[in-house]
Amino acid sequence: MDILFSTVKELVEVAEKEQQPISEIMIRQEMLLTRRSREEIFAQMENNLAVMESSVEEGLKGVHSKSGLTGGDAVLIQEYMKTGKALSGELLLDAVSKAVATNEVNAAMGMICATPTAGAAGIVPGTLFAVKNKLNPTHEQMVNYLFTTGAFGFIVANNASISGAAGGCQAETGSAASMAAAAIVEMAGGTPQQSAEAFSIVMKNMLGLVCDPVAGLVEVPCVKRNAMGAAKALVGADMALAGVVSVIPTDEVIEAMHKIGQSMPSALRETAKGGLAATPTGKALEAEIFGKDKEARDTVTK
Amino acid sequence: MKYRSVFEIIGPVMIGPSSSHTAGAARIGLVARDLFGRQPDWARIHLYGSFAETYKGHGTDVAIIGGLLGYDTFDERIRTAFDDAEELGMSFEFIAEEEEADHPNTAKLVIGDDEGVMELVGISIGGGTMEVVELNGFTLRLSGHFPALLVVHDDRAGVIANVSNAIAAQDMNIAHMEVGRKEKGKMALMVIEVDQVVTDELIEQLRALPNVTQVSTLAN
Repeated sequence: MDILFSTVKELVEVAEKEQQPISEIMIRQEMLLTRRSREEIFAQMENNLAVMESSVEEGLKGVHSKSGLTGGDAVLIQEYMKTGKALSGELLLDAVSKAVATNEVNAAMGMICATPTAGAAGIVPGTLFAVKNKLNPTHEQMVNYLFTTGAFGFIVANNASISGAAGGCQAETGSAASMAAAAIVEMAGGTPQQSAEAFSIVMKNMLGLVCDPVAGLVEVPCVKRNAMGAAKALVGADMALAGVVSVIPTDEVIEAMHKIGQSMPSALRETAKGGLAATPTGKALEAEIFGKDKEARDTVTK
Repeated sequence: MKYRSVFEIIGPVMIGPSSSHTAGAARIGLVARDLFGRQPDWARIHLYGSFAETYKGHGTDVAIIGGLLGYDTFDERIRTAFDDAEELGMSFEFIAEEEEADHPNTAKLVIGDDEGVMELVGISIGGGTMEVVELNGFTLRLSGHFPALLVVHDDRAGVIANVSNAIAAQDMNIAHMEVGRKEKGKMALMVIEVDQVVTDELIEQLRALPNVTQVSTLAN
């Protein structure tokens, strides 16, 4: 089969050899594997970008989920930024608030673009629409940002996992944050190798992250983990752009993530049986939202 | 490779809140509907693992019903799928199973009407991607990402060759093919994933082949 890369090592090698950005290598691989035209592929990604933009905008207006567990935090952060008292910097908090905005829309059963999953859908658009104000990218560069995140996500999905049920939250928000870091580096003018370093630096700091959604909902702690994922993506990208490298090669970091996911007990993999979901408050919220019928494993008929 | 397209990573565009539990579930329902070939009158849905634990909070139930009604992952009508099903006269039942399946997100759909019953086991492998792992008791692997042909036939020499020759005659490339049978010489099933859209002409040709009993198609 025609394939340009299946590991980060191969991806960086191809990009360096051909003197092309990672986004371009991803587009070419997509053309090879799906036999679709460049125009079709680019247009589909443009559509994803448009959905991301509208979910950020919707979230910044303030949305609330049906359960009442999440909503309105994106607005709070934006209001706080206006006071000029923010400690961690405008761009970083802007990314955080936009990541929260998207994930709040997701929790409210709004329309989003999964990146790589719905539970982690805030990080890629959150960082993108924040760095946009600093880097002033062209429309094409914004679409390419998504192809670069996709290239790394493609490798993670095929060599490890992007599912919380299979690999914990490290596979979801961990992957998303690492993917975003790699794309920020490219947009800021870094090399393909620096994208890989940024990916590794962030992924290493998401390892072991459990998937423990309260009441089984994609709300607590998911929304705030998108916030922190966006923050880590920016810091990791800055570190790589500064010249910091990862001691452990990226593909080995991905493999470590996979093995950690496999050895996690099922209570910590999206079953809502462990971690924060199993705290007294977590359980009380579950009972409040679903009543006792969930515990009794009822049969629903309609 | 489990994932072949960048749009399985960046995408799908979908109604929240979970790609594996909502979008993947909708696709399982949609593929079941496509394979059944029409709107079923009733559905009995068994959920396993994480699906069984968290389906209500993730909208897995409304998503599967939405899929059975023909709604795609981004169709906002998923939110009202229960009411829509009731209006259309489709009855349904969800059963959260205690037993463990091989994959944590597994659903078994038994759907039917006066003319027939179909049983499909689907797994949601993450990021909105799903696979059909069992159809009417046959074990198989079908991603739902390529146009596919399902051919039920009698287990006789030459049937597989005839079918692949007919596909080749259409200048069509087979991406993935699986064959299975319940018992030597009895009913068998071919699952063929192809690169291009399957034409009605090809389906008619396959139906006319000796020992072929049923042909259905699944468009990408």
